[in-house]
Amino acid sequence: MKYLNEEVAKQLEEIFSGMKDDVTVALFTKEDDCESCEDTNDFISELISVSPKLHLENLDIDKDSDKANEFEVLMAPSIVLLDKDKNYKRIKFNGVPSGHEINSFISSVIEVSGNSQKLSDEIQARIEKINKPVNIKVFVTLACPHCAGAVQKAHKLALENPNIQADMIEAQTFFDMSEEYNVSSVPKIVINDEFEFVGNQPLEVFLDEIEKTQVA
Amino acid sequence: MDVNLNLSSNTSKEKLTLDKEIIYDLIVIGGGPAGLNTALYAKRKGLNVGIIARDLGGQVLDTSSVENYLGFVSLSGEELMKKFINHVNELKVPILEYEEVETIRLKDSSSLREVVLKNGLVFNTYSVVIATGSKPRRLGVPGEKEYSGKGVCYCAICDGPLFAGEEVIVAGGGNSAVEAAIDLAKITKKVTIIHRSQFRADQILIDQLAKFDNVESKLQTQILEVQGDKFMTGVKVLNKNSSTEEIIESAGLFVEIGYLPNSEIFADLLELNERNEIVVDGHGKTSVEGIYAAGDVTDIPYKQIIMSAGDGAKCALAVNEYLNTINK
Ligand SMILES: Cc1cc2nc3c(=O)[nH]c(=O)nc-3n(C[C@H](O)[C@H](O)[C@H](O)COP(=O)(O)OP(=O)(O)OC[C@H]3O[C@@H](n4cnc5c(N)ncnc54)[C@H](O)[C@@H]3O)c2cc1C
Repeated sequence: MKYLNEEVAKQLEEIFSGMKDDVTVALFTKEDDCESCEDTNDFISELISVSPKLHLENLDIDKDSDKANEFEVLMAPSIVLLDKDKNYKRIKFNGVPSGHEINSFISSVIEVSGNSQKLSDEIQARIEKINKPVNIKVFVTLACPHCAGAVQKAHKLALENPNIQADMIEAQTFFDMSEEYNVSSVPKIVINDEFEFVGNQPLEVFLDEIEKTQVA
Repeated sequence: MDVNLNLSSNTSKEKLTLDKEIIYDLIVIGGGPAGLNTALYAKRKGLNVGIIARDLGGQVLDTSSVENYLGFVSLSGEELMKKFINHVNELKVPILEYEEVETIRLKDSSSLREVVLKNGLVFNTYSVVIATGSKPRRLGVPGEKEYSGKGVCYCAICDGPLFAGEEVIVAGGGNSAVEAAIDLAKITKKVTIIHRSQFRADQILIDQLAKFDNVESKLQTQILEVQGDKFMTGVKVLNKNSSTEEIIESAGLFVEIGYLPNSEIFADLLELNERNEIVVDGHGKTSVEGIYAAGDVTDIPYKQIIMSAGDGAKCALAVNEYLNTINK
């Protein structure tokens, strides 16, 4: 193996044995103008090989534009997690989920497999009330220890409510986009391109900001 | 490309969490070196102990390398914390992560204590060790808050990569400032380290910093203001020797000027000193019976990993003695 040493591979195998159903990892790459696509493909292939429940589907953002549209994929490399019936669950990783983001990747895979973590009744009730479309962007760097927690929360919100969609965006891979969104501290969370905050804040804070998009 | 597997939160298979229905001997608030070592010692004494932590690992996770923890010549903060957490997990201590404690309530005259979370959950215990650590101190100058997240940063390893090839400033003169400057010098075009007096960092770190030719030190220099428009563009400083002001242009300012204790939530309950640290006696006891505190959040001098860990051990042993004296 190129990226995972034996010890890490074994730990991952153990962690992924906690999956309930199978999960498909749809990896969108493109032929030109994608510096990290090949490495991302190699990394994901290796990651997936540690569990029989994980399946890779290689797609091309241009050639498979139907699927790209369906899964709301706008850039490459982008990774979409699909459940056992290959349903889109509205969560994505744009850029490679290595470094600390391996942790958000793991937790989202476990969630999508059907082994879902229960939230408090109060939080659950607030999530259920969201009835207008919400897009959450979480900008991260791979060396940031707090970022995976924020991605995990954003993904969890999307998994709990079909009106919410959540993207991890690796700030160095998508440098122009992070410039556009004025990212200079991570994790930076942007909601519906309008409301934003910095830091791995509690779910309550995510919901406070999300609820601002629901009025009017 | 590598992976930084976080063993604490992901082995969801046999994750032990806290039980609302039982009364704990001890609840530890915080999952840094102080909290983890408290739990380790308490569990080995046979106490029924649980940990509640906003983030397991604490500040050490923000440290790129630790070179002063006995037994380890050099390793990343994260590797060290993994060893700590694995050790605690071996003893099967239940841990509630990603939750924040709001307050501790006393129950009339009984020795019961209630630990109340932000989400409303309440846990019962006979004793508490507060090990909530500290957070970065702010400069407190105009523009700092306005440009926070727009150039002003408090975590060099997190945000450093966003400034690759640019010029940045580090504010501070202690170990964490010099460490941040070293980390940033490797990826940015230029680092200016600004401190209002002389370096307080370990000589060994100052020597390491001197090896970089893209680092400039401005000592005896005080930051007066962070300036910018949409983003920060620079800082205004006062050179204390020449009493002159100048503007230093920069895309980023990394503030590393020390730490403030995470003690606000206990201000009404416990005695704090003028620096807002929880006042403890030689056994880690606070001003309230059955409540102990360990590590960076307390008034012990010198805040270091090994100190916090040792302090946690002390508190666990003191709690063990205390529990023998009360009627459960
Ligand atoms: C950049 C940097 C570099 C450093 N380098 C070194 C070094 O090289 N060597 C060294 O010895 N020391 C170093 N230190 C200092 C060292 O990290 C601290 O002294 C040590 O981490 C303190 O441990 P602690 O357990 O007291 O608190 P912390 O590590 O701060 O842990 C506090 C814990 O409490 C939790 N918490 C806080 N509030 C709440 C709440 N309300 N509810 C629930 N949980 C809560 C936090 O999530 C965390 O788990 C460095 C610090 C920094 C920031």
